[in-house]
Amino acid sequence: MGKVVLVTGAARQLGGRFVRRVQRDPDVDRVIGVDVVRPVHELGDAEFVRADIRQPTISKVLVEHDVDTVVHMDVHGTPLSPRGSRTAVKETNVIGTMQLLGGCQKAPRVRRLVVKSSIGVYGSAPRDPAVFDENTPSKALPSGGFAKDVVEVEGYVRGFARRRPDVSVTVLRFAQLLGPTVDSPMGDYFSLPVLPTVLGYDPRLQFVHEDDAVEVLRLASREPARGTFSAGTFNIAGDGVLLLSQCARRLGRPTVPMLLPAIRWGGSALRSVGLTDFSPEQVRLLTHGRVVRTARMRDVLGFAPRFTTAEALADFGRALDAGLLPPERWAGAVDRVAARLDAPYEYAGEHPAEEGQHRHG
Amino acid sequence: MADAKVIPFDEDGRRRRATEGAQGAGRAAGRGRDRDAGTGGAQAARAAAPVPEQARAPVEAAEADAADEPAPGGGWEAKAARGLAFLRRRVTGDYEVDDFGYDAELTDQVLMSVLRPVYESYFRVEVKGIENIPSDGAALVVANHSGTLPLDGLMLQVAVHDHHPADRRLRLLAADLVFMLPLVNELARKAGHTLACAEDAQRLLSSGEVVGVMPEGFKGLGKPFAERYKLQRFGRGGFVSTALRTGAPIVPCSIVGAEEIYPMLGNSRTMARLLGLPYFPVTATFPWLGPLGAVPLPTKWTIQFGEPIPTDGYAPEAADDPMLMFNLTDQVRETIQHTLYKLLVQRRSVFF
Repeated sequence: MGKVVLVTGAARQLGGRFVRRVQRDPDVDRVIGVDVVRPVHELGDAEFVRADIRQPTISKVLVEHDVDTVVHMDVHGTPLSPRGSRTAVKETNVIGTMQLLGGCQKAPRVRRLVVKSSIGVYGSAPRDPAVFDENTPSKALPSGGFAKDVVEVEGYVRGFARRRPDVSVTVLRFAQLLGPTVDSPMGDYFSLPVLPTVLGYDPRLQFVHEDDAVEVLRLASREPARGTFSAGTFNIAGDGVLLLSQCARRLGRPTVPMLLPAIRWGGSALRSVGLTDFSPEQVRLLTHGRVVRTARMRDVLGFAPRFTTAEALADFGRALDAGLLPPERWAGAVDRVAARLDAPYEYAGEHPAEEGQHRHG
Repeated sequence: MADAKVIPFDEDGRRRRATEGAQGAGRAAGRGRDRDAGTGGAQAARAAAPVPEQARAPVEAAEADAADEPAPGGGWEAKAARGLAFLRRRVTGDYEVDDFGYDAELTDQVLMSVLRPVYESYFRVEVKGIENIPSDGAALVVANHSGTLPLDGLMLQVAVHDHHPADRRLRLLAADLVFMLPLVNELARKAGHTLACAEDAQRLLSSGEVVGVMPEGFKGLGKPFAERYKLQRFGRGGFVSTALRTGAPIVPCSIVGAEEIYPMLGNSRTMARLLGLPYFPVTATFPWLGPLGAVPLPTKWTIQFGEPIPTDGYAPEAADDPMLMFNLTDQVRETIQHTLYKLLVQRRSVFF
């Protein structure tokens, strides 16, 4: 008797990828994808149930299909369709989670719950420590937007874990998602031809590759391997840190530093024409940045991401157009100058470098 | 050039001066000028200045010089090549920062070169007892704080960077105000500073870094001139419990000279409240002369590192023992205060 996995948010790309991946697991019998609209992508052998998790019908779905593992991925910052409203997103995030958890509580067969959360719960403020631990209390709780939704969602999940101690509950706090196929707020931002940045701030960013995201969700939805525990809260991020200026240079995107109020207005203008989502928490992230500690992910959950933060960005960049200032062009220009010199020129080595020619020219 | 980690160019220049002995006076003067220009050059390089013409000139110069110079650094061309390599890494984003945003390469090559003339020529900092900072493993450098603007922290960083035999790097803990100000926060993070909180300090110390803290905080920085060299309260002694938790030795450090750079005659509370600052200094020149009034006085500085105070001999629960914490805090504070008095007695004048 294998497992029956229910996945919410199956119409999103990441949800679809997870559904396709998890049905290949030998101990998984059936996979049920749930969303309000039919996904445009293939779901393989999985069943698709068109249901709104904001409605009580979800609890019927849980009982009817004898679901024992629930993977809740319908927690998003952006609407599925470009014209969806923020109110609907918030409702799906918060009310949807409440309904789903209510359904899980009534479904005796549910054994495992995995919730996709975000490191947005930590907020982002200059008074916060540089690196967030799973236990770090936020100095400034997010006052609105997606980050606040996530805080509320996690609150309900904790409540559920108290009421159903027999269910193993895993909360995965993902760093900014990047990858060649997945759409994420950070990916949309980096796809802009010119990146607006906040003047005088160079935030530290961490990314998690979509492959790693799918893998860790799969790991958490299974019986934990020996010596690891999947119940609890985990930060999920690739190793290493990149500064926004570094990302822009690596992707060949020029940056336009703007004053903080200007970027807020500009952001809402861009949003109203449907170009990109420049939500207040996105702006806050681009101001102060956010870095998390992932020791628990490695030691307790037993997951090692395949992509570092830099590799995730590079893989994302390969699927992107070259940008206005491709780094290869810069590098080529510098290399041509260096070729005129009769001296060893090693730019990737450990040698301490300095610029001599400007002093002596 | 394996030994070139500390200001490759400067080192080079010094060595050359030593080997060449007395060469043409004009050339020596030229080199001196070059050295001063170095700080600006670093920034100019980032802006991707027109290189080809400038790069060719050094080629010829190097060929002319190659005959009579031992050229330990490999001549102008090698320098230009290293400069271009640095430039290439910067423009393509091919460099690394740590979790705190510390950009080691930028700090070593650019930020330190900008601060060095201030350190060497303006404040003429004299460093004593640098060997008290251990060559490996964590250490917590605790220093007094003064001077209205936190220049003492930056000079302390240069002192450790330039003088420590094992090339240690100081990671300073800074007030939250630093991370609220645009541009300042960016530079502070890149220079390896982080927020003065227990989490960050503990994380840095457990990864074996040398961490610098100034527990007096704004109380020390913004105290009136009349109270100079009187140590203020050392916060709540949080630095001691962090050191105890990680077993890192505490290195007391006394800085003389920073108190007199901006003799603070008054404090405009109204302005401070308006601007959201902890204090608003009124000196003989500031704010009367505008930005010109913000030029610090060229005092002569001394930085003395004291004997390290070990903290690894205590039981793990010692970090939560308030009595022990107060005792250790007082011990560190007294050491710094006594060293300050000793250095003040030895000092001939504020400016020389």
